[in-house]
Amino acid sequence: MRYLPLSAEDRAEMLAIIGAKSIDDLFVDVPQAARRSGTVDLPGFKSELEVERALTALSNKNVPAGSVPFFCGAGAYKHHVPATVDHIIQRSEFLTSYTPYQPEIAQGTLQVLFEFQTQVANLTGMEVANASMYDGSTATAEALLMAQRVTKRNKAVFSGGVHPHYVHSAETLAHAAQMKTVALKAAIDAEAAVIDAIDADTACVVVQTPNVFGTATDVSKIAEAAHAAGALLVVVVTEVMSLGLLKAPGAMGADIVAAEGQSIGVGLNFGGPYVGLFAAREKLTRQMPGRLCGETVDADGRRGFVLTLSTREQHIRRDKATSNICTNSGLCALAFNIHMSLLGEKGLRRVAEVNHANARKLKDALSSVKGVEVLTPRFFNEFAVKLSKPAAAVVEALAKKGVLGGVPYSRLDPDAGLDDVLLVAATEVVTDADIETFKTRLSEVLA
Amino acid sequence: MSGMSNVGRPTRPNEVETRPATLTGGRGLLQDEPLIFELNGWEKTGVDIADAELDASDLGDLVRRDPIDLPGLSEPEAMRHYVRLSQKNHAIDLALYPLGSCTMKHNPRLNEKMARLPGIGDVHPLQPQSTVQGAIELMDQLAHWLKTLTGMPAVALSPKAGAHGELCGLLAIHAAHDAKGDTARRVVLVPTSAHGTNPATAAFVGYAVREIAQTEDGRVDLADLEAKLGPDIAAIMVTNPNTCGLFERDVIEIARLAHAAGAYFYCDGANFNAIVGRVRPGDLGVDAMHINLHKTFSTPHGGGGPGAGPVVLSEALAPYAPTPWVTHGPDGFKLIEDATGVAAQSFGRMCAFQGQMGMYVRALSYMMSHGSDGLKQVAEDAVLNANYIKARLADLMSPAFPDGPCMHEALFDDHWLEGTGITTLDFAKAMIDEGFHPMTMYFPLVVHGAMLIEPTETESKHELDRFIEALRALAQAAKAGDVDRFKGAPFYAPLRRLDETRAARAPKLRWTAPQGSNLAAE
Repeated sequence: MRYLPLSAEDRAEMLAIIGAKSIDDLFVDVPQAARRSGTVDLPGFKSELEVERALTALSNKNVPAGSVPFFCGAGAYKHHVPATVDHIIQRSEFLTSYTPYQPEIAQGTLQVLFEFQTQVANLTGMEVANASMYDGSTATAEALLMAQRVTKRNKAVFSGGVHPHYVHSAETLAHAAQMKTVALKAAIDAEAAVIDAIDADTACVVVQTPNVFGTATDVSKIAEAAHAAGALLVVVVTEVMSLGLLKAPGAMGADIVAAEGQSIGVGLNFGGPYVGLFAAREKLTRQMPGRLCGETVDADGRRGFVLTLSTREQHIRRDKATSNICTNSGLCALAFNIHMSLLGEKGLRRVAEVNHANARKLKDALSSVKGVEVLTPRFFNEFAVKLSKPAAAVVEALAKKGVLGGVPYSRLDPDAGLDDVLLVAATEVVTDADIETFKTRLSEVLA
Repeated sequence: MSGMSNVGRPTRPNEVETRPATLTGGRGLLQDEPLIFELNGWEKTGVDIADAELDASDLGDLVRRDPIDLPGLSEPEAMRHYVRLSQKNHAIDLALYPLGSCTMKHNPRLNEKMARLPGIGDVHPLQPQSTVQGAIELMDQLAHWLKTLTGMPAVALSPKAGAHGELCGLLAIHAAHDAKGDTARRVVLVPTSAHGTNPATAAFVGYAVREIAQTEDGRVDLADLEAKLGPDIAAIMVTNPNTCGLFERDVIEIARLAHAAGAYFYCDGANFNAIVGRVRPGDLGVDAMHINLHKTFSTPHGGGGPGAGPVVLSEALAPYAPTPWVTHGPDGFKLIEDATGVAAQSFGRMCAFQGQMGMYVRALSYMMSHGSDGLKQVAEDAVLNANYIKARLADLMSPAFPDGPCMHEALFDDHWLEGTGITTLDFAKAMIDEGFHPMTMYFPLVVHGAMLIEPTETESKHELDRFIEALRALAQAAKAGDVDRFKGAPFYAPLRRLDETRAARAPKLRWTAPQGSNLAAE
């Protein structure tokens, strides 16, 4: 077996030194009833070539986003990631290292995390950011629990524009933590409506911009209303590329930002791994979940970085910890850090502008199709359209014609009564020809 | 030839007593690398993008006008920056990484290649299911391997790491008790030796945590467990093999007692590598167990993730598994994304989309490569390597549990350092100077000054012997009173020991512009 270096002679020699007659002597503590002879009922060893063949066959049954005109978003976006990113994250010293528990020999990872935290804080307009969460949805769930700790209140209110998967994931955790959730009815321009639902029991208000229908909103007024009631404002961002063009949540009064960082550096990956961004006001630092990397000096006075404030964390505080998170999304945070370092503010703003320009072109093209009505009033790179036929059937028909034409809202929330709503996104990877093909095929399907 | 200098290049090194500090902070070929914010890249970008004709008229005041303060780097600058940083990291590709409980094994590059196949890495989670049949089939195959290896009837794939898997298991247990109307169970029992994530997870789900005592020989105290089980106990969380590196001999009895008291048995599967292919947790009475794909099944740790923590479930808990579910029928593979139909009793969703596909494919690639015979060999070699280390160090260091074999990790306490003035931490830092990453220190908490060594099956006998010889030399130096070697260590790492107290006292968690710079005030 190519991954196992011990030879039969090595094993015999080692057993002799241990003083064991056979390998079975080392498993004597396994109860008799659970001992097995032979192997479990699965195929045996395979060569590299055989494995590659089998998995390539599975891969070939899928339609890659890059192979067709592609307009899916709804929380996961196809962006161009420079080749440098994938090369660097495959360097052994990044790929095959552990959580930096020994800072003297993990400064590479730690400096990356410090840079990442700074980039996330600056991008979201917040004062502090952690070293990553699993993804945007679990970051949102953690934000609810953090708001519960900070305010000692037990209710969270979701606007009708928050991605339903995020609402559902956060509810799973919040309900276990004895928190009540109120999810308002889905609506295109939903964010402002949340103000009426804020009351004296509200720990946090959760809004999303651009929201799941693509609508961008200035949430400043919601922040004011939340703060007046003693509640925190949690702003969810599922498309961080938007922050190259749109006002930062921190500039609009957010107390916590929970975002999906997948757009920068990570890729689609059929839904994971992604990278959760978690940022907050500085005064809330000690209530934050997850790893934090901080600056310090070594014994010679040289600058260095360490994991810090770990008295919040599970390995120190156990059942009093702010979260149970341990492994997070380190390598995806590195990918984010590299991609963002290549872009810089200049590149980020430009890519964001191209996204917006392409989405406007898509809007103009689809508006001219009979049976299509654009619903979203202000958007970044994604918007909702109302179709004259059920959206789920339309995307299936489009797929058969070689176009991945967006995400039906009913896929996210079948009970919302929005079966005719389709979410379409256009990023920098979309060409004018792609838009033209989409328009033509959609006209055919709706005819 | 007559004009040539007769003073040639010296071929013998000068004899110099002192070792001066470098003038730039570099160390040999390791340059002192600034932060990206210190490289004057405020106007730069390393990505070529054509200017767009921007019409943001719809957006009005929503357009971001303040500076974002994100520097850019050209591609060669970026490459240097990150390659230089990388050289300050230890990695499993460089040497043994003996962190107990972490299972730092070789990460095959075939897995990386497979994860980057366009039909795997470049598919969207919400494409029509008809266009991702191979991806769903891959999830189904992974589920089959995990269920078969554990002897369990069901698996929830979506949890994103071990702790997320623990959360999944406890949420399923919570739902199962609720379904029976058994809502008085508010306590989870956890051994004192448990990973910190166990009590943290239980508290996260609103349970009180009560500890189970440990016996002299490092295992769950059955009498204490029995005394604490009762109508208020929702579950026990037991790691097996446990964090002392020992197999819980009485595990079947532990399960029986828990079940008799109406509780469920959550097994922390972090140490599954010791028994994979040899022992099935389903034969031990387990109700739920997470499997760290980034430990047992070789997906890279990546400096702290991403991982994946699928949870295998017993018949009793299977109906409550989180969505999405993978099914297959005559019309192909299907993801059931909502808690309806067969998934009507599901406790709900744990994350957006369907979990860590990138980890699923790497883990499946690893399992297929080994096969059932190879995986059994993995467990046997991992256990053999740990016992070999324990046997060869037992005369100099003190094994915490000297009697009987250990499983895949060898645990030492610090009794052997008594009187030397050297602590476990000092010893660990001195290992760095010898070229080795330290073992897990001060965990499990039940052993004084614990040193937990997990070599994994990845190590050849030659590598193990090098490691053992280094530890023996250090142990002898410690006992011989060579204290400074330990107290000041590391001397040869990219940095010396770091001041963690200072970092925590006045936390500096991001770069800010130095005073007097013309960057926007932070």
